Amino acid sequence: MSTKLEKYETMDREEIRQIQLERLQVTVNRAYRNVAFYRNLMDKHGIVPEDITSLDDLSRIPFTTREDLLKNQPYGMFAIPLREVVRLHSSSGTTREPIVVGYSRNDIEHWTELMTRVLYTAGVDRDDIVQIAFDYGLFTGALGFHYGAERIGATVIPCSRLNANKQIVVMRNYRSTVLVCTPTFALHIANVLKNEGISPAELSLKIGLFGSEPWSEVIRKEIEEGLHINALDNYGLSEIMGPGVSVECYEKNGLHIFEDHFIPEVIDPKTDESLPDGEKGELVLTTITKEAFPMIRYRTGDYTSLDHSTCPCGRTLVRMSRVSERTDDMIVVQGINVYPSQIEQILTEIEGAEPHYRLRVDRNGALDELEVWVEVSSHIFFDEVKKMSAIEEQIQKRIEETFGLSIKVRLVEPGSIKKWKENSV
Amino acid sequence: MLRVQSLSSYYGNIQALRGISIHVGYGEIVTLLGANGAGKTTLLNSICGLITSRKGNIFFKDQDIINLSAEKIVRLGISQVSEGRQLFGELSVLDNLMLGSYLHRRNGKKQMQKKLENVFNIFPILKERQKQPAGTLSGGEQQMLAIGRALMAEPELLLLDEPSMGLAPKIVNEIFEIIKRLRDEQGTTILLVEQNVRVALKIADRGYVLETGRAVLEGTTEELLENKEVKRAYLGKGYKEIWE
Repeated sequence: MSTKLEKYETMDREEIRQIQLERLQVTVNRAYRNVAFYRNLMDKHGIVPEDITSLDDLSRIPFTTREDLLKNQPYGMFAIPLREVVRLHSSSGTTREPIVVGYSRNDIEHWTELMTRVLYTAGVDRDDIVQIAFDYGLFTGALGFHYGAERIGATVIPCSRLNANKQIVVMRNYRSTVLVCTPTFALHIANVLKNEGISPAELSLKIGLFGSEPWSEVIRKEIEEGLHINALDNYGLSEIMGPGVSVECYEKNGLHIFEDHFIPEVIDPKTDESLPDGEKGELVLTTITKEAFPMIRYRTGDYTSLDHSTCPCGRTLVRMSRVSERTDDMIVVQGINVYPSQIEQILTEIEGAEPHYRLRVDRNGALDELEVWVEVSSHIFFDEVKKMSAIEEQIQKRIEETFGLSIKVRLVEPGSIKKWKENSV
Repeated sequence: MLRVQSLSSYYGNIQALRGISIHVGYGEIVTLLGANGAGKTTLLNSICGLITSRKGNIFFKDQDIINLSAEKIVRLGISQVSEGRQLFGELSVLDNLMLGSYLHRRNGKKQMQKKLENVFNIFPILKERQKQPAGTLSGGEQQMLAIGRALMAEPELLLLDEPSMGLAPKIVNEIFEIIKRLRDEQGTTILLVEQNVRVALKIADRGYVLETGRAVLEGTTEELLENKEVKRAYLGKGYKEIWE
């Protein structure tokens, strides 16, 4: 590992706080000067940039929410002119309300550096062959890992849009040592291996870096056994950077947040109060090096807790517990963010379907499966099979168009979901 | 080595620094950039105790030095070469240098001689001219003398304010070559204020861009050079074609 990178991972807390303060002040000064949203927000609350004299003062600035970003689409939150932006990505590019984010040349450089740190932390080096099975495109995951892996000199195989069987062929023939994808897809690959009777010993895989959706220790164990690898979690979100916000070390007891680029807080989502170490709440992140798209106190909607104690691995960076749930009703299916309100919107547009629905996510199989139970309008009789299957198809088609997800639809009698809800309360 | 936190300083009622934070690590060359009136010199003067700071912290090697007397701060190992050099024109080069170690005058002759040798080593021209009045030196030589005088106090942290001012480009390059050698060979840590952004970024490791008493950018030299704002404001369009 280069000394430059090591320096930031093992600084004493005093040093980290000094750097955070300097960068936070620069970020606030620039956001106030260049982003109308932040200037208005701070003016409204009677705050001027020089009020931020310590890291604790950060809490004087109100939160930034997903709704704020939606209101300022597409470029309202940018802090530099568009012609200085060298890349755009968006959050969950296939959903209806994507959030466009931009990167300056320095942002891309920092992101690349962060991704090298993610990869080094996981034990990846220049001798590795990294198979990136994320979707290249608007989604940040693939390109983030791609740049980082190339920077450390590893051999990168960009492998999006191949099914599990083809991924296995690539893996086996090109002797990939590292797999980067969603945990769901990794599990799917493991299951296909098993079904095809291929032993993981025939592969060269050693390390898996999985992220972009919550996954449990049970799933980790299944993936590790199914692929004979060490599976590590990493966390990020496009509003903040993409992957590269935090990563697990080999201790597997939390994800180290790269505090020289981000300031984390955990708050009670109901009272907005800041929570101490160990208590679970909503993760709030502030970027302190982003030029194009600075975020001050962005509410991620992810549940976690912080731990400032020094990790046995030697890193002094704070750890966040693995994200297991969200504060809102967003669900993640095969790495794609789905808000129930979006489903509801689709249902209201389909004749014969009522916006009374129930979403069921089956995570037991290899790939997550989303099943939508929908009430049919009362004037449609249950014996009109043709009509029913037409409605089913229509819903399937619309959801696939919107999310890129193929789902199961089950039509149910009018009123039955309401009844189910009442019973389940 | 040096940590400045949210420093606010005033000239009378005029606020010159608005909560500025910077740090300088051991053996680093850090530069402060910015237009006139951005607060660069004020920051240097606040660090070495020439201006009283109203708010904030300044730590030097973990010791709080805010609003200590300038004399005490020099003793702790910080020396400043101020803008315009502030030499005693009537006095000889040698006397000017000896004044630089005034605070250490009880250290004995041998010690003094050693320091002098060191300075002459770095600036051989000063040895040649040691008997001449400082006022008869050329601009570049005067700047060398000013730096040499600061070195007589054997600072661990050297604050340089506009060392390129009024000098021909060739001499500027020479002076900056020496500044870099001070760090590389003597291990002196340097905080540099400079209007000539190109030369400053050539030798610095990191920098801060100041604007009306605030830091609006910070980063490594590479990051600052890559920043479009720095390019526009301080380097000029197409500077690469002209200068490199």
